[in-house]
Amino acid sequence: MPLLLGLIGCGAHRDVVELRFWAMGRESEVLASLMPAFEREHPGIHVRVEQLPWTAAHAKLLTAVAGDSTPDLCQLGNTWVAELADLGALRPLDAYLKVDTAIAAADYFQGIWDTNRVGGTQYGVPWYVDTRLLFYRKDILAAAGYTSVPTDWASFKTLLHKIRAQSQGTRYGILLPLNEYEPMLSLALQSTTPVLKENGTRGNFSNPDFIAAFTYYISLFYEDLAPPVTNSQISNVWDEFGRGYFAFYITGPWNIGEFRRRLPPALNGQWGTAPLPGPHGLDASIAGGASLAVFKNSAHPREAWALVDYLSRPAVQERFYALTGDLPARRSVWASGSVKDDPLTGAFRDQLERARPVPPVAEWEQIMTELRLMAEHVVRHEYTPAEGALELDRRADRMLAKRRALVLAGQLP
Amino acid sequence: MKRHQWGWLLAGPALIVIAVFFLLPVLAALALSLTDYDLYAIASIHNVRFVGLRNYADLLGNPLFWQALGNTFYFVLVGVPLSLAASLGGAVLVHSKWASCRGLFRTAYFAPSVTTVVAVAVIWRYLLHTRYGLINYALGHVGIAPIDWLGDPHWSMPAIILFAVWKNFGYNLVILLAALGTIPADLYEAADLDGAGAWAQFRLVTVPCIRGTLTFVGILTVAGYFQLFAEPYVMTQGGPAQSTMSVLYLLYDEGFKWWNLGRASAVAFVLFLLMYASALLQARLTREPAA
Repeated sequence: MPLLLGLIGCGAHRDVVELRFWAMGRESEVLASLMPAFEREHPGIHVRVEQLPWTAAHAKLLTAVAGDSTPDLCQLGNTWVAELADLGALRPLDAYLKVDTAIAAADYFQGIWDTNRVGGTQYGVPWYVDTRLLFYRKDILAAAGYTSVPTDWASFKTLLHKIRAQSQGTRYGILLPLNEYEPMLSLALQSTTPVLKENGTRGNFSNPDFIAAFTYYISLFYEDLAPPVTNSQISNVWDEFGRGYFAFYITGPWNIGEFRRRLPPALNGQWGTAPLPGPHGLDASIAGGASLAVFKNSAHPREAWALVDYLSRPAVQERFYALTGDLPARRSVWASGSVKDDPLTGAFRDQLERARPVPPVAEWEQIMTELRLMAEHVVRHEYTPAEGALELDRRADRMLAKRRALVLAGQLP
Repeated sequence: MKRHQWGWLLAGPALIVIAVFFLLPVLAALALSLTDYDLYAIASIHNVRFVGLRNYADLLGNPLFWQALGNTFYFVLVGVPLSLAASLGGAVLVHSKWASCRGLFRTAYFAPSVTTVVAVAVIWRYLLHTRYGLINYALGHVGIAPIDWLGDPHWSMPAIILFAVWKNFGYNLVILLAALGTIPADLYEAADLDGAGAWAQFRLVTVPCIRGTLTFVGILTVAGYFQLFAEPYVMTQGGPAQSTMSVLYLLYDEGFKWWNLGRASAVAFVLFLLMYASALLQARLTREPAA
């Protein structure tokens, strides 16, 4: 009986392979318009795009892995690649990359490409990229007598003090929401000392570089340059930016579109983007974005790779940028066309060259939650930055205990 | 068939459903709480190790658990009496012989408990907003400086309690209203003749007559309030500085955010024991005084 059903099922689309492709958010909506061209090129493949909301995507992916119901390929936030690779859910892509010369690692931003490597194996291909940098009000800067954003921590802070003093305390220099760890992590990544050590099995927060970055970040709150609030207390970041409640905001490329849409027309041309200041001049930020990954259990890895190849083509990436505003992962796409002409993406282009990957461990998200909570404790004077770093090490060590055991037993690279 | 056989036969289907959908999962969770089932166990079941009571020991050694427990007790001990007082007070007012538009008030008070918590949380976040909120605006008129309701760890729990009481008191109000309706009017007439005032009537007639309902409502409310989750989840995400982190929130984070299902199961059992103990205690305290 099952055999008979199988025969009937195949009758309609003989030889047509159906690919299940999981995508999230805005990208999943846009994909539908990119698929017809791909299917014309590959008449033997039909792509079924399944949409997941970002908020539920992580849990759903893990459930799919646990329940053995993973799709053929998937859009993955690139900090998740390591996690799913550790679970043995992803297919190594090195063999495909060797044959497919259209996807050349050299054309990708180094830091972003590296987020897809776990233990020397490539598990994903960057699809679009993001990083965190400064959005700022040019008019407020001009009023403080500046024409450009300072590039090192000390002079940046001097500027923030000036803005604060000029407004008689009604305006803050910068918004660093207490419910986001990314601004703090961006500063921490500006040192070459990693925050995890021993192959990602122990915390390394109590090193002088991290403590220096942590102290700097916290000092922005202590010196009243950043309001100690979460995003939900702000209610509407765009309104407050428009009102000039703060002059700087560390955020990502998706806000280019949001700011354009939501700021009043009077502010047109009055705001811009700038690379993140570093300890001694311009420095690193987070290598973020999303990748395309093929699942190990996929019955059609070759067809899935064909789709990865298609979505990575410069022409398709260009079109994808036009549809979503997501920044292209390939340098060659940045060299021409609309993304090059946009003055607001220039800072991102610059910052992406210095984007640095985060350690590829499954517990990363959880460790970052602790970082966020600890930053809040220190802002509230419950710990000093150095004590906080030490406690972070202790908590990271506890979370990584199982990983340590598995690495020791040789079950993880 | 004998009598007791009939009994088993009739109760059988319900017992089977309870066994399959309640007892078995509970036993499985108990077993899970003795293992270190986590993310890596999804990769390979061989990564699961039996750890005995280590999850429980870790939990008791985790300062966050004690903070969550403290927050939960704070919420229950302050929130339940407030909630019951609001329900009872509201019910007595709506039921009083001077009240007009009873139907309107009954509906208005009940409305919050049938709205979705996420939707009303958005409104409450605006009400509680430090700079633009209506509550701080009103307080400003009586000379109270703006309170950072959701941003100050000292005020976040009171704000959550306020929100939860407002959200939930209507439900109990309707139950208590029904109980008030069963009190015979001649009891009040007799009390009137004996010269009892309004307070004495409330204390000596109303409360004793609805004691059973009050106990029932109390146990349900305590059980509900111990499971504090949705309010902080939508209002504060457990913050600021984890001041609104509850035991159930901890369970959610461990189990569904980080996939430490072993540890999450341990949290679940500790919470279960707490609620069971509190229900027993309540039943004992409010037992009908022996005649």
